[in-house]
Amino acid sequence: MPAGLYRALLTVAGAMAAIVLAVAISSVAIIAAGASPQAAFAALFNFGETERSVVNGITTMINRSVPLFIAGLAVAVGFRMNLFNIGVEGQYRIAAVCAAYVGSLFTAPAPIQIVAIMVVAAAVGGLYALIPALMKVGRGVNEVISTIMLNYIAINLTAFLVRGPFVGAREKGQLTTHTPVLPESAWFPDLNVVFEMFGLPAPRGGGLWGFLAVAILLGVGVWVVLERTRFGFDVMASGLNASAALASGVDPKKMVISAMVLSGAIAGLIGLPEILGDKHSFGSNFTPGLGFLGIAVALLGRNRPAGIAVAALLFGFLDRAQGPLQFASVPPSVIAIMQGTIVLLVVVANEITSRVALRREERRAAQQLGRNTPVEVAA
Amino acid sequence: MLGKRFGRMAVGTMAGAMLMAAAACGGNTGGGTTSSAQPSAGASDAPKAGALKVGLAFDVGGRGDKSFNDAAYAGLEKAKTDLGAEIKDLSPASDGSNRGELLRQLADAGYNPIIGVGFAYGEDIKKAAAEYPDIQFAVVDSASNAPNVTGLLFAEEQGSYLAGVAAALKAKSGHVGFVGGVENDLIKKFEAGFAAGVKSVKSDAKIDVKYLTPDGDFSGFKAPDKGKVAAEKMFQDGAEIVYHASGDSGLGVFQAAAAAKKKAIGVDSDQRQTIKETDLQSVIMTSMLKRVDVGVFEYIKAFQGSTQGGAKGAVGGNNVIYDLKVDGVGLATTGGEIDDIKDKLDAAKKDIIDGKITVPAKP
Repeated sequence: MPAGLYRALLTVAGAMAAIVLAVAISSVAIIAAGASPQAAFAALFNFGETERSVVNGITTMINRSVPLFIAGLAVAVGFRMNLFNIGVEGQYRIAAVCAAYVGSLFTAPAPIQIVAIMVVAAAVGGLYALIPALMKVGRGVNEVISTIMLNYIAINLTAFLVRGPFVGAREKGQLTTHTPVLPESAWFPDLNVVFEMFGLPAPRGGGLWGFLAVAILLGVGVWVVLERTRFGFDVMASGLNASAALASGVDPKKMVISAMVLSGAIAGLIGLPEILGDKHSFGSNFTPGLGFLGIAVALLGRNRPAGIAVAALLFGFLDRAQGPLQFASVPPSVIAIMQGTIVLLVVVANEITSRVALRREERRAAQQLGRNTPVEVAA
Repeated sequence: MLGKRFGRMAVGTMAGAMLMAAAACGGNTGGGTTSSAQPSAGASDAPKAGALKVGLAFDVGGRGDKSFNDAAYAGLEKAKTDLGAEIKDLSPASDGSNRGELLRQLADAGYNPIIGVGFAYGEDIKKAAAEYPDIQFAVVDSASNAPNVTGLLFAEEQGSYLAGVAAALKAKSGHVGFVGGVENDLIKKFEAGFAAGVKSVKSDAKIDVKYLTPDGDFSGFKAPDKGKVAAEKMFQDGAEIVYHASGDSGLGVFQAAAAAKKKAIGVDSDQRQTIKETDLQSVIMTSMLKRVDVGVFEYIKAFQGSTQGGAKGAVGGNNVIYDLKVDGVGLATTGGEIDDIKDKLDAAKKDIIDGKITVPAKP
């Protein structure tokens, strides 16, 4: 068996084992909460009786996965070079409120309007990430500390902007605040046609967010940049061994700044599926916490776009069950327990599988060299 | 194979639902006196069991707050016992991202009417109402915004007026305080009514007012630390009684009152009864009751009435305001601390009901 295939199989097996173990641990939690694990797992797969409710369920799952996928990508770009951008949370919120406001100021043909909003979001997110990058490069401030602190500033600044300078008109008796509603040219067309192609009814609500297409393109783009370009190689080299990268001519300062800004720019797009596809404004009901979830998704996906996509879909699948679980009288916090245990166990499984693979590699090398003692091989 | 799995799921769900129904006894049926805002014909008819399926969706962290949200649930439970309704309550994810989805899942599962608890549901209900025009929706604390949405509103200013009268009568120095959670139009109603009530007794009274967070920042409803600091300052400045309208932050107000050996006035539910910290019970002189349970129950009753040929006006497209007249708001008497001023409170209540006093809703 070729080493690559062996390793891939081992990884998949590890992930499966982790998920099975997570299911077992969650079952204990469910029993402790006084509910039946069987009912809970049935609820996870229960998408409803009618075609429409199945379509609704799938749409909810994918719509939840899209921003999580983008968040995972944003985090992963930094993680690839051991740069911990914990500030994705703040970057995406401040980018979302600015993009929603700027987008409401003008009306242009739909493609131009939407691209302009995306550019604003990416620029704001990137600029906000530039601050910790410059602090790290110039004054050696640890980016973990600075991005966490900048999160607080961004979250409060966003709350101020949405109720102050950027506030839109409110209906009488309405207590929530939001930015002015975007013109219709900024409403991202939905992808309900996918369901209609299979003769299924269109989902309710905002429909299947068209931003899914952008997210897929973004995923492919990030993959190309990280795996097939000089920049991606430099990122990986800096992550694996910063001094070796420096010795071979990689400018660490330039790398920190560009990786951080790229991470922030991607983070800026996290809020757009919701704003362009459903809410059409940034308001007090805007979904928070996606930046932090992105860290878990990136870890689960091992910082690779394909892995992140799987992880985001898994999270979306679990989050969708919030309602069905309650219909089955299972406390929905079970979902959070499952997500936590899966992430933890997958990280552990990754470490174990890579050690097993490494040992096998060593043994193989030893055999080929005709010696009995194992030879140290770099991974 | 697929059919079999679906069957098993259906059985599992059914079993869960039945368990829920069996378990949903006990608890506080906050009930007591319930007078209808819009009495509906036919509501007294014996309801057909299973005909009425009522869904209710809480906001983030809703269920179990011993106050506003639990009151809504009490109303729902009363509908189950009194009207034979089949009930289901759902809570959203901790980030609130699936409010609209919960409404749709309830609608798809055949629940009608569906009630959203809290103003955060305003926008989501509007959308869901457009998608399911045949289903009736109601939203607590937010105005009606679609033909099949009923706004369940409360005359908080009237209840707060009575709280103000009680505070002014009890505070010898005439110095009282008000802690508001978030400085929005809803909480300003509490302040306006309270101030008017205080001034009606002592026109030279001093009222300290503090809002924990500005409009749009809803963390003020969940910040006991901020509530404590605000109330401590008022007590140090000489306030004798502090009235709070700040949700969970009220705990801090009660702690400050206990430390200063002064009094506080609770809000929404009878907090002297519901508060978990038993040592703080004695500082809660009274509570301004907002009978969300009455609102929820009366709405369900009116809906049932309308399906049986009763007044359609009670549901859909309009706002129902629960005021003093229908005991939608009022004061709690637990502890008996306001029993000695009952006459004056009743007189003020009567004047409001008779229209002799018009309580301002804006400070």
